[in-house]
Amino acid sequence: MSSPRSTRWSRAYGASGWHLALMLGSLVVVAYVVATVGLDALWDPDVWWQSIAVWFVGAVVLHDLVLFPLYALADRLLTRGRTTAPDPARVPLVNHVRVPSLVAALTFLLFFPGILRRGGDTYVNATGLDQDPFLLRWLLLVLAAYFVSAAVYAVRWVRVRR
Amino acid sequence: MTEERTDYGFPARAWAGIARRRPPGLDRVAWRSPLRGPWLTSVLGAVLLASIPVVILTGLLSYVAYGEQARPSDVGWLHLPMFDWPTDPSWLFRLTQGLHVGLGLVLVPVVLAKLWSVIPRLFAWPPARSAAQALERLTLLMLVGGLLFEIVTGVLNIQYDYVFGFSFYTAHYYGAWVFIVGFVSHVALKLPTMVRSLRTRSLREELRTRRADTRPERVAPDDGAGLVAADPAAPTMSRRGLLALVGGGSLLTFALTAGQTVGGPTRRLALLLPRGLDSGDGPLDFPVNKTAEAAAIVTASTGATWRLSLEGDGPTVTLDREQLLAMTQHTAVLPIACVEGWSTTQTWTGVRLRDLAAQVGIGEPTGAFVKSLQEQGAFKAADLNAGQVSHADALLALQVNGVDLSLDHGFPARIIVPAMPGVLNTKWVASIRFEGS
Repeated sequence: MSSPRSTRWSRAYGASGWHLALMLGSLVVVAYVVATVGLDALWDPDVWWQSIAVWFVGAVVLHDLVLFPLYALADRLLTRGRTTAPDPARVPLVNHVRVPSLVAALTFLLFFPGILRRGGDTYVNATGLDQDPFLLRWLLLVLAAYFVSAAVYAVRWVRVRR
Repeated sequence: MTEERTDYGFPARAWAGIARRRPPGLDRVAWRSPLRGPWLTSVLGAVLLASIPVVILTGLLSYVAYGEQARPSDVGWLHLPMFDWPTDPSWLFRLTQGLHVGLGLVLVPVVLAKLWSVIPRLFAWPPARSAAQALERLTLLMLVGGLLFEIVTGVLNIQYDYVFGFSFYTAHYYGAWVFIVGFVSHVALKLPTMVRSLRTRSLREELRTRRADTRPERVAPDDGAGLVAADPAAPTMSRRGLLALVGGGSLLTFALTAGQTVGGPTRRLALLLPRGLDSGDGPLDFPVNKTAEAAAIVTASTGATWRLSLEGDGPTVTLDREQLLAMTQHTAVLPIACVEGWSTTQTWTGVRLRDLAAQVGIGEPTGAFVKSLQEQGAFKAADLNAGQVSHADALLALQVNGVDLSLDHGFPARIIVPAMPGVLNTKWVASIRFEGS
């Protein structure tokens, strides 16, 4: 199959023929999905931000250009000035801040509708309950995470000193 | 990074032109993590490769389980091969949907870590050197967009936050197909790379390596694919530390969600989820889906004047609650499992649906159409298949845990059928039309 002609073709395209087949196949199926959903369902001309298409692209933009830069920046600030290997005689604090912060971030990311009481009437109608307990529970969970992390740090610190 | 490369596809001049137009800010983005590399990405990828098919499959099964009520309904060739959803084992939907929602949530930390591990590729310049790479970027948008879209709509839906405004069913179903296409093509393209990269380091060795001994991955310049930092910082964490962090995130998510479907004392552990809230200890204190008030059910229509109307092969039969209670009562312990991933198992007592069918001359029912007193809403009626109407534990329940149903649980009578999606177990039943002979 690797005749000079097919090699030249592959170089022009940038990959093999089956790569192109796979890509085109994927595009055709997705085009069919889009056609089946219909533009009316994908795009809401009255409230543009409540469109499926906006949320699809928005999810990527939010992750790649907001969430990632934010947590990367926060971590850069946390580890600022650490260009050389840490002193083995000291217990590094950084992961004792990272871990509970990530616990807080992950639980907020997954459960913010309850924490921020965003369900409103829909929530009451569905469950017959209210969302009041969640904020306090989340705060206690985060507090507990920082506390446990600090306690582990203290133990490690004492053991290094001895 | 800035050296002139010649491996552009056709038209080379255009691709080279894009490469030269490097946005000025990009140069200041310096990737520093000494942990990023093809091996780490492949480990996370392998975990997702093994688990995401389960989420996909259980999600598609949920569509099948809804039977006639499956939404969106008019999906062209995206219609699944439908089969009658079984009634045995009674925990089938509880398992499949619990897995779909539970595993979906548990994988969120892995997904975020996987995206973190490959994010330098997103900011690489040029974004493509050939048509092949440009097309691949497009399928990556399907993959990442599809995955994040499914996570976001799913997470909001199980917590009743409908800020997105559009139909959850439509969005989550079609979004899944876009994701599936992206997933399949990504796996087809990257599987060899993943296997090759996994072989470059020993997992067992990595799990023994402390932070102080952690070194960046060593890869051939072309095979690193831009993941390994050119000028890495000193490690603040070992690779095993990072894997433990991601695994710990998944474990924490598991601990905070499993209780909503495992039930019993573990329900309290789901302390941030709607179905982890303690509803009390009485026989009627289990989670409600849609209150009577929300369904606009008024006490008057469920009181002494309430009649159940049965249609079949002959004249319509109407029964009041006393007459139903006078019929042979059957008790079954059955879970009621919601599409939102929670479930609750209770002891239900009532009349077998097949006994009701016999009242209207149908000895072998092949289906039933149940209507609620509820006048508005997507699930005010439900179609049951042959198995669902004839199973020995398929009931028109009048009582639960030995006491009369409460209004919120469907008084005066509700349907309960083994393994049927929760919302099809119609509450406040007004009429049943049986099919069969």
